[in-house]
Amino acid sequence: MSQKKVKVYALSTCIHCKHAKKYLDDMGVAYECVHVDELTGDERKAMVEEVRRFNPATSFPTVVIDDNCVVIGFKKDELDKYLG
Amino acid sequence: MDAKTLYEALRKMQEPKGYFFNKDLDGMTMPLLENLLVNKARYGHMVCPCRLGAGSFEKDRDIVCPCAYREADVAEYGSCFCGLYVTQAWNEGTIPQRTVPERRPEEKLLAALLGD
Repeated sequence: MSQKKVKVYALSTCIHCKHAKKYLDDMGVAYECVHVDELTGDERKAMVEEVRRFNPATSFPTVVIDDNCVVIGFKKDELDKYLG
Repeated sequence: MDAKTLYEALRKMQEPKGYFFNKDLDGMTMPLLENLLVNKARYGHMVCPCRLGAGSFEKDRDIVCPCAYREADVAEYGSCFCGLYVTQAWNEGTIPQRTVPERRPEEKLLAALLGD
């Protein structure tokens, strides 16, 4: 099991986010998940700014590993590379 | 309206234009249609389920499904950004099924999500 710090910026309605989370679950990877669409007001704006720092397109899912590796979209190969 | 009704209504409109639903109905198409209805209830319009809506139709106009980027994405990748609409070749697996990058311009996104 990976000991890396993993944060998933996701939308509750996004199918790629759902698949990415399931893949991480199947890999036994523990992660923190933020559903940005469930936030409102300043909290949402602050989270959008946070996602932008890792991914200027602010697309979902954005998976950040150990605060420096960023996987944009559901990409099994990249997740395997950083977490496998 | 439920996702099945939406599926039938959209299929009749979109297939003649060359836009086909992803053949992975259980894994992709039906969950995406269900989430379009979630966004309809949430925002009042069917924002792309894989994008963050601002809630105002004017700000979200370009990402209301079918989004303004579908034509270019399907032409280049055989699939739209969220994978709901694809070409026949994509469904048949005769072209690579790649992750479609976000085509929405950053300034548009910023104006929608961070503007006043």
